[in-house]
Amino acid sequence: MDDWVTCMSHEEDFTIGLVDALSWLDRSRHEVVGEFTVEQGYFWTACAAVQNGNPLYWDEQLADELTGGPTAPLTLLSAWFRPHYWMPGRDATPLPWQTHFELKETLALPEAVATDSEVVFGAPVRPGDRIRCSETLRSLSAVKTTKLGVGRFWVIDAVCHNQDNVWVGTETMTGFGYRKV
Amino acid sequence: MSTAHYTSLTIDQVQVGDKLPPLVHEVTTTSIVLGALASRDWRPMHHDRDFAQQRNGTRDIFMNTPNQAAWLERFITDWAGPKARIGRYKFRMGDAICPGDTMVLSGQVESTETDDQSCSWVNLRILLAVDELVKTRFTARVALPANADDNPWARTGARWQP
Repeated sequence: MDDWVTCMSHEEDFTIGLVDALSWLDRSRHEVVGEFTVEQGYFWTACAAVQNGNPLYWDEQLADELTGGPTAPLTLLSAWFRPHYWMPGRDATPLPWQTHFELKETLALPEAVATDSEVVFGAPVRPGDRIRCSETLRSLSAVKTTKLGVGRFWVIDAVCHNQDNVWVGTETMTGFGYRKV
Repeated sequence: MSTAHYTSLTIDQVQVGDKLPPLVHEVTTTSIVLGALASRDWRPMHHDRDFAQQRNGTRDIFMNTPNQAAWLERFITDWAGPKARIGRYKFRMGDAICPGDTMVLSGQVESTETDDQSCSWVNLRILLAVDELVKTRFTARVALPANADDNPWARTGARWQP
């Protein structure tokens, strides 16, 4: 055991930043308000990317009849609070899922992928909505080894509301931050 | 056009074991980049091959999470129609989906139920495979109309229990 401890280098120490990261558990952080109001052009771009011809998104009369007007494709939820790639005065591109990237940095895990995603949908998102989202770290695993490398899994909730404080959905992301072996 | 011109499944038309019609898509660089940008995902592993290979260790750029979800949404509503309202979905991603892959979405009805708000639900299990290897596994809970006059999209507040 003593030989193992003395051989442990910085690269092998998976306790770096652990105390800080654990202090974030179940705390709402990083509230973000969407940088633009929801717009219908994005609905059609998203539908076009997967050739989604659901008439709910293309037929105005049908949308009026079923949903009281146009609504966004459900799976666009995270797009409404992702920051722009660039804006005047912005030196770097802000990252969505800030908690995910902070965990990478704090735990010294330079690579990361999303492994699981779960979304629960509330009220539909509509043109003109401004979506607000806050993140909460729900869990942080022990050190694990996968085919990608050695690291930790984490689960983060992003809870979203519109400008009227109506819940529109919660997205839960499981990430795996790792060091390549 | 009104709902009379579109087909939407009702819960009585669905049985456990029913299979959804497969959806086949030839994945290209364009479709991956389109999907990433449509979801406002600017991260380089979804448009920069060198980055994906060197930093993520994948063979090429790969499909991002929201784009996989968008394919799932399309797959479900192609089958169920515009009245179908997805309540929740969950998926686990395995290997990356890259340009040159032929992806096939397949699925079946695992169960049906009616909740205490009289909303009808169908629970689906869906797979995304490339060369018959499963890349992503999905489950989805979808509200279907109980009858031709029902509309799951009209549910709000406590009447919507996803």
